[in-house]
Amino acid sequence: MVDSRGRGTSIRIRECAKTFPDGTRALEPMSLEIHGGETVVFLGPSGCGKTTTLRIIAGLESPDSGGQVWFDDEDVTALPIEHRNVGMVFQSYALFPNMNVEENIAYGLKIRKFSRGEVSSRVEEMLDMMQIHELRHRTINQLSGGQRQRVALARAIAVQPKVLLLDEPLTALDALLRERLRVDIDRLLRDLGITAVYVTHDQAEAMSLGDRIVVMSHGRVAQVGTPRQIYFEPRDPFVADFIGTMNRLSGVVENGVLTARGGSVELDEHPDGPIEILFRPESATIGNTGNSMLQGRVSGVFFLGDRTRLIIEEAGEEPVIVETAGSREFETGQRVGVDIDRDAILVL
Amino acid sequence: MKDRELPSLVVLVLPVVVVALAFFLLPLVRLTMIAGSGEDGLGAYLAVVTTPRYFESLLATTLLSAGVTFATLAISAVSGLFLERNRFPGRNLLISLLTFPLAFPGVVVGFMVIMLAGRQGLIGDITKFLTGDKLVFAYSMAGLFVGYVYFSIPRVILTIMAAAEKLDPALEEAARSLGASPWRVTRDVILPALKPAFIASGAIAFATAMGAFGTAFTLATNIDVLPMTIYTEFTLRANIAMAAALSIVLGIITWLVLTVSRSLAGSTVAAAG
Amino acid sequence: MGRTRNFYLQFGFTLLVCSFLIVPVIMSVMAGITENFFKGIASGVTLKWVWQVWDLYADTIFLSMLIAIACLACTIVLGVPAAYVLSKRQGAVARAIEELLTLPLAVPGLAIALALIVTYGGFRDFRASWLFILIGHVLYTLPFMMRSVLAVLSSADFRTLEEGAASLGAGFWRRFFDIVIPNCRSGILAGSLMVVTLSMGEFNITWMLHTPENKTLPVGLADSYASMRLEVGSAYTVVFLVMIIPLLIALQKWGQPRKTRPVVEEPELPSGGRQGGKTDG
Repeated sequence: MVDSRGRGTSIRIRECAKTFPDGTRALEPMSLEIHGGETVVFLGPSGCGKTTTLRIIAGLESPDSGGQVWFDDEDVTALPIEHRNVGMVFQSYALFPNMNVEENIAYGLKIRKFSRGEVSSRVEEMLDMMQIHELRHRTINQLSGGQRQRVALARAIAVQPKVLLLDEPLTALDALLRERLRVDIDRLLRDLGITAVYVTHDQAEAMSLGDRIVVMSHGRVAQVGTPRQIYFEPRDPFVADFIGTMNRLSGVVENGVLTARGGSVELDEHPDGPIEILFRPESATIGNTGNSMLQGRVSGVFFLGDRTRLIIEEAGEEPVIVETAGSREFETGQRVGVDIDRDAILVL
Repeated sequence: MKDRELPSLVVLVLPVVVVALAFFLLPLVRLTMIAGSGEDGLGAYLAVVTTPRYFESLLATTLLSAGVTFATLAISAVSGLFLERNRFPGRNLLISLLTFPLAFPGVVVGFMVIMLAGRQGLIGDITKFLTGDKLVFAYSMAGLFVGYVYFSIPRVILTIMAAAEKLDPALEEAARSLGASPWRVTRDVILPALKPAFIASGAIAFATAMGAFGTAFTLATNIDVLPMTIYTEFTLRANIAMAAALSIVLGIITWLVLTVSRSLAGSTVAAAG
Repeated sequence: MGRTRNFYLQFGFTLLVCSFLIVPVIMSVMAGITENFFKGIASGVTLKWVWQVWDLYADTIFLSMLIAIACLACTIVLGVPAAYVLSKRQGAVARAIEELLTLPLAVPGLAIALALIVTYGGFRDFRASWLFILIGHVLYTLPFMMRSVLAVLSSADFRTLEEGAASLGAGFWRRFFDIVIPNCRSGILAGSLMVVTLSMGEFNITWMLHTPENKTLPVGLADSYASMRLEVGSAYTVVFLVMIIPLLIALQKWGQPRKTRPVVEEPELPSGGRQGGKTDG
């Protein structure tokens, strides 16, 4: 993924804020540099400002005065979207119902006054790339959701845009299709080496597509980092909670040992006093009562097939979630021991 | 982005605004001024109320329109709900026939009334056969009433059917699950839910009846409804100021009725007229 | 469910309403093609009244067609862009413009006609031409065109469609002509049918504005009802019906603007001439 960097256009966002006419602050001043060829995913709950940021990059919204958007060495802040040469895929696809698939893909090329031959060969190329040859004469109403998605992508990249902007492109699809298209989009972005900005509220999408993830909350950037950094080294409780499942265990440290409700955990080099530690369900294992760090009582069993998710009470103040192999059976009320991988413990 | 578009949007909307100002608003203002420029000045407006001939005409028109509105609503509610809630062979044909006169202008409606209740009309023939006396009422207020009901039924039925179609069937099912009889369901659930449609289509029927001219013109020029009075003032008496004052008063009444109904019924009136 | 007594009562009532509307139409068709309506159909079937109408009033038919087509052109050119602008802006100015443009619906045609006469009646040539009538028709039908187009513009996600076009490099005017107008077609069609139908039947305004040289079909109808024998009036009515029926059928078919939905497929609403509105009385 690093090898594609440097081929695409870099994007620099400088002090961009957005206040809507009614006074709502959609985005606090933010700055961010997106490298050429990089795929950056904006991730966050709805209303966190991720789509606003994307629309500012696209030129569909202008930032409050003082904010700037640069594509490479060009200040594009004042350019409307039609002059920014971006490719955009919308959540609703925004395919033109008055044109068929081919005409949709060709539209941007016609506006750029490509010759007829160029248009048709480029359309041909796109139909090949997205494997939608047989759809070329269909109208938009005759397409399924997944097909629309492919046409929308083809239309956006046909014009060879500087950057590709994707606004929740998979949200309108069902789960299975979403997973398949995610793989396709990932491969496409790698092959093109294009700078891509991708907005989603789905963390699995963010994890699998992003070179870097920008986690946003309440109009602010909570953390910027690689998927691994975001997952394993969340910078604050919001990021920790938003990505995956996170357990919290609170107690008091005395001589490097945390004493919690259901037992004790040895910690390295922590000053004495009250503390809260975090760990992920997969960083904990079910052990024998007696030998384990924590003792608790199973209050919920969710069999997920390959694994079983257990809710364990009395280990800490809050219930602890642990995942274990699906083959083992548990009952509610059963007493179990919980061990935590000490290397995976986070203290924020 | 928004401000960038503004000049283009102004270019798009300018022609229609110019036309509306030049050929509608300006003439209306002029009409208002002329109404106050006769011998009596602004007294022309007062005369609408103080002169018995005008006031009676205004009163008769209002009563007639109100009667037409209620009769049309009652008839259309029964038939519209029946057609929307039942499926039977020939239903579509019945709907087509009921909405067929939708595009008839007032003059044609007047002629239809003559066909029904005129000197050679159907009702006359039937009553003569039954009682020996020919019943002819086309050329009077009664004929006008029949004409306006004829005119209004198709569009009111359509509005009511459209509104009934959008009713959530779960509402009715819920009421029935609670033990309500069909009559109570209609009274407690369906009619209240259709209230906006009644207000909207009723207001249009009323305003149309107030301002309609063609039907009265076809039936008889001596029926004293306001539009006929205006016409007479203007053409026969050449009392332009009075005609203008009466027109303005009439316009204000219909505009008021439509505006009030629009705020009562929400946006549905905007969608209906 | 079985048919109850209630069902048959309502059915009978509806049939009665239906015959109230349709019987006079049938009677006037019969009267238009019988030798002598007073004596009944036994007196013989004839087309002579229709030919007489043609001789007397053919010019009113052509003038009505001319005005309807001109009126349609005007309402499309003026109304479609206006509807687009109103769909994009909801500010005070836009609201005022919308109010101004729909006001002719609330003001009786007689008043509009009088206002036009007192303001522009002095321009003799203008007053005497059919353009004078056209203006009244345009004012009166414009709201119907705008409403139809607005219904489509507000149902589909035109904002996103336009953003899509903009992202591909299309400027304002290209978006307007390439995306907005083509996707409004169903609304323009529905509005057009409404405009032509209303213009063909308009009487309230036209009667005041017409001159002896410029009579439209409804004006001719009123004239024949007042001064000709019943059979001629009937035959003339038949001619009018023949002209208006295709429009009515088209209205039933396409009168409900079809919603252009770019994303979500939803079952289409059953169509029907669901265009309520205060029309010519």
